Amino acid sequence: MQRGTLDLWVGLFVLAGIGALVILGLKVGNLGSFSAAETYVVYAEFDNIGGLKARAPVKSAGVVVGRVDGISFDTKVYKAKVKLNIEKNYPFSKDTAASVLTAGLLGEQYIGLETGADSDMLKDQDKITLTQSAVVLEKLIGQFLYSKASEGGAKQ
Amino acid sequence: MATDSLVEIRNVTYAYGKRVVLERIDMAIPRGKVVAIMGISGSGKTTILRLIGGVLRSQQGEVIVDGQSVNALDREGLYALRRRMGMLYQFGALFTDLSVFDNVAFQIREHADLPETMVRDLVLMKLHAVGLRAAHASMPGELSGGMARRVALARAIALDPMLMLYDEPFTGLDPIALGVTANLIRALNIALGATSIVVTHDVAEALEIVDYVYYLSDGRIVAQGTPDEMRAHTDPLVHQFVHGEAEGPVSYQYPSRPFAEEMRL
Amino acid sequence: MMLGRNALSVRGIGANTIDAVWRLGYASRFLGLTVGHSGTCARRPRLVVREVYYTGVLSLIIIIVSGLFVGMVLGFQGYQTLVTYGSESALGVLVSLSLVRELGPVVAALLFASRAGSAITAEIGLMKATEQLAAMEMMAVDPIARVIAPRFWAGVISMPLLAAIFSAMGVFGGYLVGVELIGVDQGTFWSQMQSAVDVREDVLNGVIKSCVFGFAVSWIAVFEGYDAPPTAEGVSGATTRTVVTSSLAILGLDFILTAFMFRGV
Repeated sequence: MQRGTLDLWVGLFVLAGIGALVILGLKVGNLGSFSAAETYVVYAEFDNIGGLKARAPVKSAGVVVGRVDGISFDTKVYKAKVKLNIEKNYPFSKDTAASVLTAGLLGEQYIGLETGADSDMLKDQDKITLTQSAVVLEKLIGQFLYSKASEGGAKQ
Repeated sequence: MATDSLVEIRNVTYAYGKRVVLERIDMAIPRGKVVAIMGISGSGKTTILRLIGGVLRSQQGEVIVDGQSVNALDREGLYALRRRMGMLYQFGALFTDLSVFDNVAFQIREHADLPETMVRDLVLMKLHAVGLRAAHASMPGELSGGMARRVALARAIALDPMLMLYDEPFTGLDPIALGVTANLIRALNIALGATSIVVTHDVAEALEIVDYVYYLSDGRIVAQGTPDEMRAHTDPLVHQFVHGEAEGPVSYQYPSRPFAEEMRL
Repeated sequence: MMLGRNALSVRGIGANTIDAVWRLGYASRFLGLTVGHSGTCARRPRLVVREVYYTGVLSLIIIIVSGLFVGMVLGFQGYQTLVTYGSESALGVLVSLSLVRELGPVVAALLFASRAGSAITAEIGLMKATEQLAAMEMMAVDPIARVIAPRFWAGVISMPLLAAIFSAMGVFGGYLVGVELIGVDQGTFWSQMQSAVDVREDVLNGVIKSCVFGFAVSWIAVFEGYDAPPTAEGVSGATTRTVVTSSLAILGLDFILTAFMFRGV
């Protein structure tokens, strides 16, 4: 193996390796969807966030408009405080409603936003007041049993 | 320090763990001479070469090469000393992934900053000295044992060392190759103006070409002298070795229980 | 390793454990030596480039073919299981996450250890057995800097690249089976995959894993080669040890890394 050919093969190998990494990052992973777009921060408080995680999508009408930046616990009101990063070109009204929804039946949880009628828009560091917590299965079952029981009692 | 001795070994003792291999050895290798260190296998001959090269460090005593104490040298100093030494290993120890040319050129390229044209000239000169200029493009795997050893010799003399060390250079060679090698050792010593130490147990060839002989047995120098003195030596141990006798102080049978006892007679 | 009759007794296990710990310490010192003598690699990158060819480029065939097959099998098996839950659209997610997080780094590392790791061990062991390393040392060229360090760094560099190629080929194999052969929707395959695989969490962690594996395998390979007894059995035993120790190290490290990296997910 002459010196020249050897170098060529090594160069190709390194290129192939880096290329594979790039492919993995872009095509397989979500590097390509990292928007360089600017975002503004909005807070929302929930009684229960269920299985919501950081970097979960924030969607409105099914379209991703932002990401969950962080989740913390507010000890003043004993609620979950979620920090949302929403892209600057998607303004939402001050009376927007935020809910914790589930993708599919047993899928990941995300934040769904429904804009309201207010003409004033949410600004950076604002707080969404209308929130709906995640559906907790146990509570749902409890509600169902309770309603069934009261139905049975009312009939008698 | 005597200026006519290139290598001096003073009161050196060396042990591999608990096994004492050399005990209070005193040797002086005069400049410009070819000296043989002989002895039966395992008598510590190769250990002496390793001590001279600084690969091993004696537990006791001093090894002085060209006025420098080898044990006291740091890494830099040791490497500087080794650049002035050449060592020929028993089976050549050529670098199998490099061609003959690259093998001989190895030291030149590593230690001297010469243009490739000069390197080429030097390499071909050295190969010519050992008679193998035509083999410069071959790989070590393609060479016979004798040829490989000659290439290794060319590699060892690449930087014109002042001291040449030969570890069993005559082992396993055919009679012609034996004669060639013996002549080369002598001729190179004169041509390089160097000093040579030959470790061997090939008595016939060695006594033809060397100026002085040290005979080791059991880690001690049992006899020393010129080849004629060795041939005429009266000590039974030396006599047995020099004349290749089957029986003598070194017995034929490895120490064991009496044969009759072993065979339950 | 002493594996005598008392190997399974308490004494034997104790002795083997102490032996292993001692060996680990010795190997760590050797690693320090290798890294410390890597200056030559930085000054003469051609040495490393040459070794990257022998460890990386020559492993490409096995990596590419294995990656492809593993991906295809994942496609088949994954589909069989997912279709029973009506979730075959998640095939892309299954294939890509399995490969990027686990199979890519681990399987590629195991293949690398068997092919390149054993070759490195054998080469270094043979060089030691034929006295090439000793000859180099006597020619005032540091064998650790010239022979060991380049092979070590070549392994460290090659491993992540090979793991990435493995994962990429695997995803392609899963695509071939899932979309082309079975008929899962192409758009769903890729879009679900893209939304599930996170660059930081999954791809990057996989790369970190393969870097750690590369470091471990290269370390084991050069150490076993350097430490091998200079005989035929010694070298063959060392080669076997490289593969076995590397495999165990890879799987053990994988467990530790996975536990740390994927805790919260």
